[in-house]
Amino acid sequence: MSQKVLLNATEVNIILHRLACQLIEKHKDFANTVLIGIQPRGKFLAERLTKMLKEDYKIKNVQLGFLDITFFRDDFRRGEKTLEANTTEINFLVEDKNIVFIDDVLFTGRSIRSALTAIQSFGRPKEIELLALIDRRFSRHLPIQPDYRGRQVDAINNEKVKVNWAEFDGEDSVYLINN
Amino acid sequence: MSELSVNHLLGIKYLNKNDIELIFETADHFKEVINRPIKKVPSLRDITIANLFFENSTRTKLSFELAEKRLSADVINFSASQSSVKKGETLIDTVNNILSMKVDMVVMRHPNPGASVFLSQHVDASIINAGDGAHEHPTQALLDSYSIREKLGEVKGKNIVIVGDILHSRVALSNIYALKLQGANVMVCGPKTLIPKHIDKLGVKVETNLHKALNWCDVANMLRVQNERMEISYFPSTREYTQQFGVNKTLLDSLDKEITIMHPGPINRGVEITSDVADSKQAIILDQVQNGVAIRMAVIYLLASKIKQ
Repeated sequence: MSQKVLLNATEVNIILHRLACQLIEKHKDFANTVLIGIQPRGKFLAERLTKMLKEDYKIKNVQLGFLDITFFRDDFRRGEKTLEANTTEINFLVEDKNIVFIDDVLFTGRSIRSALTAIQSFGRPKEIELLALIDRRFSRHLPIQPDYRGRQVDAINNEKVKVNWAEFDGEDSVYLINN
Repeated sequence: MSELSVNHLLGIKYLNKNDIELIFETADHFKEVINRPIKKVPSLRDITIANLFFENSTRTKLSFELAEKRLSADVINFSASQSSVKKGETLIDTVNNILSMKVDMVVMRHPNPGASVFLSQHVDASIINAGDGAHEHPTQALLDSYSIREKLGEVKGKNIVIVGDILHSRVALSNIYALKLQGANVMVCGPKTLIPKHIDKLGVKVETNLHKALNWCDVANMLRVQNERMEISYFPSTREYTQQFGVNKTLLDSLDKEITIMHPGPINRGVEITSDVADSKQAIILDQVQNGVAIRMAVIYLLASKIKQ
């Protein structure tokens, strides 16, 4: 197994600031916008961006929720293991809201497809956008593209992109791991 | 640990502690799902489930059916009273006929103890026991423990008394297994004639004085007197039973602490508990019913994930 650093802590920080600014450019004061982190790993990115928007860019009301897509996945009973669920925390209605889905890595697009179905249980949003820190292009199974992208990566299929967060993994970094 | 150790839910006796924990954690997620504006998930859209009820049921049947539909499974229902069973068809024939319609899972209630175990050995489908005679009723015991966990934080170390007709109750046996597995202290209380001999071998205390039992416990699970299973008289009269083993508000107020009251339903109001107790805030009877759907969704989801494509 070999691994290569795609992004170090400084680069991750610069990219997060850029993504935050892009969100502000489109959504202004976030009055009608909610951020939804896709469980499990999108949660960390969504929390970090929310913190940045509030503390560095002084946006007061950023609504944040977490969406678990386990029961909406299309690979139930197709793998060896039982799919384990995570917590969904959406304490607001998404009816007529602008939603930004947030995930760390966009790969096949299947998680986002599941999330698009899952979010309908909470109402009919006005619009849904997608923010991904890493966009693995050329590996999509579905016609899904991000609206906000941190870094585009060309990785072949047996390579894995791992995003680490200081709060949970000790450092902010993105690795390309070759098995 | 992300998988059940069993392929069927035949009884709590066959589960281990991790299985129960996994079912509870999964039920937590489903409880959130059933409180959404849209309460349905598509996980089981390629699974067909047959509900075979060879014995009457309202709550359990509705609860299972709702759980199955909330998971998007296709559901077929069968009641023995309207079927060829009356014409002399055997259990295996009935079930095999239904399975030949490509059914993946069977939820069965049957008056004979061991019917679901027997079925699991003879047919190729995942079986969930929804009550077999006076033997086990595993999903009821799971939702009872889940409701205790929700109300009191945990089941371990809590004192639970099961009151009433222990002899004819599948709820009692499944509850004893489930509660012991999770480290609770269990007592049974009822007329001597309705407590099975040697029940203390299961590690439960036996008490015939209701006031003493209630003073000892954190939770009292009140069972219904199952007149339909009684061929002989086990106590002189319903009135006498109520006087000795019925819970009323005066009795609850005379205790040293506030205890939680549970009942698996259907309630015989005025017999095992009075209306003012059943409708009081100490009773979590309707929470049990709501949790029943979440628990059954969890059990069905976890068993379905073990059915190979």
